[in-house]
Amino acid sequence: MSDRAYTQTFSALAKLRIPAAAKEPAIVIPAVILGILALIAILAPWLGTIDPALLDPTQRNKLPGFVGQITLADGAKAPFTFHMGTDNLGRDIYSRVVYGARISLVIGAMVAIVATALGLAIGMVAGYVRWSDGLIMRFMDGLMAIPPILLAIALVSLSRAGLTAVIVAIAIPEIPRVVRLVRSIVLSIREEPYVEAAVTAGTPTPVLLFRHVLPNCIAPLIVQATFVAASAILVESILSFLGVGIPPEVPSWGNIMSAGRQYFRIFPHNMLYPGVCIAVTVLCVNVLGDALRDRLDPKLRKRV
Amino acid sequence: MFGYILRRLVSTIPVMFIVALIVFLMLRLTPSDPAAIIAGDNANAQQVEMIRQQLGLDKPLLVQLWVWLSSLLHGNLGESFFFKKSVTSLIADRIEPTLALAAFTLVIAVAIAVPLGIFAAMRRGSLLDRIVMGFSVMGFSVPAFVIGYALIYVFAIKLQWLPVQGYSRIANGFEPWLRSLILPSLTLAVIYVALLARMTRTSLLEVLGEDYIRTAYSRGLTPLQVLVRHALPNAAVPIITVVGLGVALLIGGVVVTESVFAIPGIGRLTVDAVLARDYPTIQAIILLFSFVYVMINLIIDVSYTLLDPRIRY
Amino acid sequence: MSDILVVDRLTVELPPGSDRRYAVEDVSFSVAPGEIVCVVGESGSGKSVSSFTVMGLLPREVKPVAGSIRLEGEDLMNASEKRYRELRGSRMAMIFQEPMTALNPVKTIGDQIEEVLKVHTQMSQAERRARVMETIGQVNLPDPDQIVRAYPHQLSGGQRQRAMIAGALALDPALLIADEPTTALDVTTQAQILQLIAELRARRGTGVLFITHDFGVVAEIAHRVVVMQKGKVVEQGLADDVLNRPQHPYTQMLIGAVPSLTPADRKPLDGAPVVLHTKNLRKVYSSGGLFQKKRVVEAVKDVSIDIRRGETVGIVGESGSGKSTVARCVARLIDPTAGEVAIDGGDYAKLPERALRDHRKRMQIVFQDPYRSLNPRRTVAQSMIEAPVNFGMSQAEAMSRAGDLLDLVHLPRQSLDRFPHQFSGGQRQRICIARALMPQPEVLIADEAVSALDVSVQAQVLKLFDEIREKFSLALLFITHDLRVAAQICDRIVVMQKGAVVEQGPTKDVFAAPKHPYTQALFAAAPGKQIGNRI
Repeated sequence: MSDRAYTQTFSALAKLRIPAAAKEPAIVIPAVILGILALIAILAPWLGTIDPALLDPTQRNKLPGFVGQITLADGAKAPFTFHMGTDNLGRDIYSRVVYGARISLVIGAMVAIVATALGLAIGMVAGYVRWSDGLIMRFMDGLMAIPPILLAIALVSLSRAGLTAVIVAIAIPEIPRVVRLVRSIVLSIREEPYVEAAVTAGTPTPVLLFRHVLPNCIAPLIVQATFVAASAILVESILSFLGVGIPPEVPSWGNIMSAGRQYFRIFPHNMLYPGVCIAVTVLCVNVLGDALRDRLDPKLRKRV
Repeated sequence: MFGYILRRLVSTIPVMFIVALIVFLMLRLTPSDPAAIIAGDNANAQQVEMIRQQLGLDKPLLVQLWVWLSSLLHGNLGESFFFKKSVTSLIADRIEPTLALAAFTLVIAVAIAVPLGIFAAMRRGSLLDRIVMGFSVMGFSVPAFVIGYALIYVFAIKLQWLPVQGYSRIANGFEPWLRSLILPSLTLAVIYVALLARMTRTSLLEVLGEDYIRTAYSRGLTPLQVLVRHALPNAAVPIITVVGLGVALLIGGVVVTESVFAIPGIGRLTVDAVLARDYPTIQAIILLFSFVYVMINLIIDVSYTLLDPRIRY
Repeated sequence: MSDILVVDRLTVELPPGSDRRYAVEDVSFSVAPGEIVCVVGESGSGKSVSSFTVMGLLPREVKPVAGSIRLEGEDLMNASEKRYRELRGSRMAMIFQEPMTALNPVKTIGDQIEEVLKVHTQMSQAERRARVMETIGQVNLPDPDQIVRAYPHQLSGGQRQRAMIAGALALDPALLIADEPTTALDVTTQAQILQLIAELRARRGTGVLFITHDFGVVAEIAHRVVVMQKGKVVEQGLADDVLNRPQHPYTQMLIGAVPSLTPADRKPLDGAPVVLHTKNLRKVYSSGGLFQKKRVVEAVKDVSIDIRRGETVGIVGESGSGKSTVARCVARLIDPTAGEVAIDGGDYAKLPERALRDHRKRMQIVFQDPYRSLNPRRTVAQSMIEAPVNFGMSQAEAMSRAGDLLDLVHLPRQSLDRFPHQFSGGQRQRICIARALMPQPEVLIADEAVSALDVSVQAQVLKLFDEIREKFSLALLFITHDLRVAAQICDRIVVMQKGAVVEQGPTKDVFAAPKHPYTQALFAAAPGKQIGNRI
């Protein structure tokens, strides 16, 4: 990308005020849907759900809308409507789907934060500390040569599956792309006359990076972080689906689908609901990312 | 030219070395004890110790690295714990379905995506453009296994046009082979088409903004002539670059797709190996796929010299 | 003979939200066969939009809304898209400012010239080939056999522009539109291209519409001149009348602002001590590594320059001469490979960054592009106080100094709280000068600091440089490609070619009697020598 594009990016970011953004449907609609999803995730226990891990062998493979019984904590039985049916272990799919939003959103957000933060730090070093550049970038090339899903699968297989392990395993393959982005920005910005003016003004390198270079990375990083989040949610669902991700009793959308595979021909609803949830969530994040990029990246916007 | 190819070939050695190093370090630098994990939860201390010795994890790190690299250089990828045979023969048994699936997908994806991207760019802002871009963002958002099951549900279960699952070897006849590949290839192609159509459009739009396009118009060319003679030759390099980079997505997709369609290929083997904690097999598969990825991108790099006279060799 | 091109009361509307409603308004001019008409104006005058409208190459959002354009009597405003295409390349052709980007990088020169013939004629391949070779010969490109097979990146800038001209003239159009065709070229190349255009016009009777901002170029080739300002024609007439007896105040101002090639009188500086001293300065760039062929470029070889207190020394040269590399070595934005750079005897050529910081306040630099020289997200005050605060001045003291310096560069003190985008290019360059003065430097480096400015603004900024040099007794190192600018501001000039100094001496002496053949060629190539001498 050209130098000018990045200098302009900030002014574009400054223009991204709430009222202006609020008029753009490509930003508002996905943001609202994601907000609702976040609310659902937070309020999961109060949305008519039961314990998503509760097994009941008597109520296996029920169709959506089935009215059955559940055993409460005190041992009493109560009637309960299974809006989305039950899986092959008799767990309530509706409850699992609602709780599953927590896993997907947490993973999306955490991976985006971890990958962009590490990528930013490494990319700044590679871009400004000359001797480290070759070393870091060769290592990143090696990391990029391993297909991301494969690397994530290998990484989770090595540790006892859990949320943290999955987050780390998904974040590591995302880092090289962030590093490359940040490095390319740093390399173009350091050639800017205003950065050179700061050099002749005797500004120490750390201050220079923080004051003049870092702000140029923010807008592109926000965009990149959205795409990382989308990809993370997808990869988590794939890992869970393949049975190598989060432990199967934890309700994640991928896990629900994984459990539903076996009886797919007879009970496709096991896969329908979580599948739609994943697709809608990732779609929202991607659309949001696209809209933000069009807004923040004047180079793409300029092409009338 | 020959010297250039040789030089580029040599330049992939450091990358492959780093891949090997990463794969090596992954096993050794994990916070938990890999031997214990590989042995599984029910193993006793003796079994764990045995696995440790088998993997050579009891030796110093540098010795381990040396042993591992020298056996790699001799083409020895080790012995599978789970399948009890050499990883090389394990992979050889499974390569045909994966190769067929990937090649088939690559061809249909390029054949669909590039024209779509060109049309979208030429009719920028039109309904067609929006449909293509909408499809593209959807393709990025729906996981391959969801698409796979949706296709199975419609075409195999409801309409019964195509087999639900499984792979028919090409030796058993061309038609069953082709039929067994259609749904998996479509599943795998979606994300690739999404990526490629979008990047084709972007690259072409970028080229269409160049000065020499204006020159071409100033000489009286029609929009079609400008596209064919000036825009496409210049957009070719970025487009095939994406074809190469997209192979990483394709490889990831193979793992999922083979699992959904019960195709006995390397992708399926990956999942089996991970579930069985069969580490030698996992290592070998990562190395193999990375090698393929690096080689494909090397071929694409070399092809730049044919497409763009500015790239010297 | 009747006119080839008649533009009558043309008005072109800009899309809503632009800074003005019309790009050009009520513009009329004409071009006769064999005539060169120069449309001249500063940036934003609408001169390029006029030419693009004639070619029908405007972006979709910009539309001609009134007036008429006639090419050889044919109405273009109502011509069909198909008819327009037939005319483009055959009856009217265009060449552009940047010959590198205007040529398709992946096609050979021969193919690109031949394309016009393919599109517009029924010639056989052999006929086309013959015509291509003939045209290449006519634009004086050497070795046509090789040129047809060459790609644009294998040619020099001047050769590329010749190839563009060959493509434009292959079908002998009645009208050639040249949009700043020599602006991106070095002065010696420019002279050759101007000569070529003039020759071809004379030989073929082509009418030329020549867009430029440079009055030197106008004086060199124009028969008639159209002066534009903010979308309107303010004056037009014969070149001799407009250049020597301008009627409109704007034209008078523009021509008056063109620096003269006759060096100005400068006060002698006898006895002033040497402040900046470079000795055998060298800079070598090497690229390539383990897997690539190694390439070594010697950008600067053995450059020794002394500048005394209160003296302005100019380095002039064409692109690739190494003049900017010298400036960047002196400012220590890059590390010299060998040699000395010293201020008041303190050599800092080899100092590591940490030790260098104390020296940095003694030399400051002003860059070419005023739009990129100020951090867009920091206020003028923040940009200005950065250096002095780094060097230990208190915030408050730095602020008051910043205010004083803004007074000095003729900007209001309120500017301190504003952001760069609220200022014009000339104002920004003043801010950059003020910023450079903040740490009280002894040496000021101006790296093409007036080259991006319109001529009227350029004159003011040049004057400012001279004022501050005198006021602070600065040693001013002035890098420029423009001989006119050098003549006006420099006490001494250093002429560089291919990394080496070929000649240096007092400005007056060098201009009066250049000794080195390269210097002589450079001066000979300067267009419109008489311009700027009267006023």
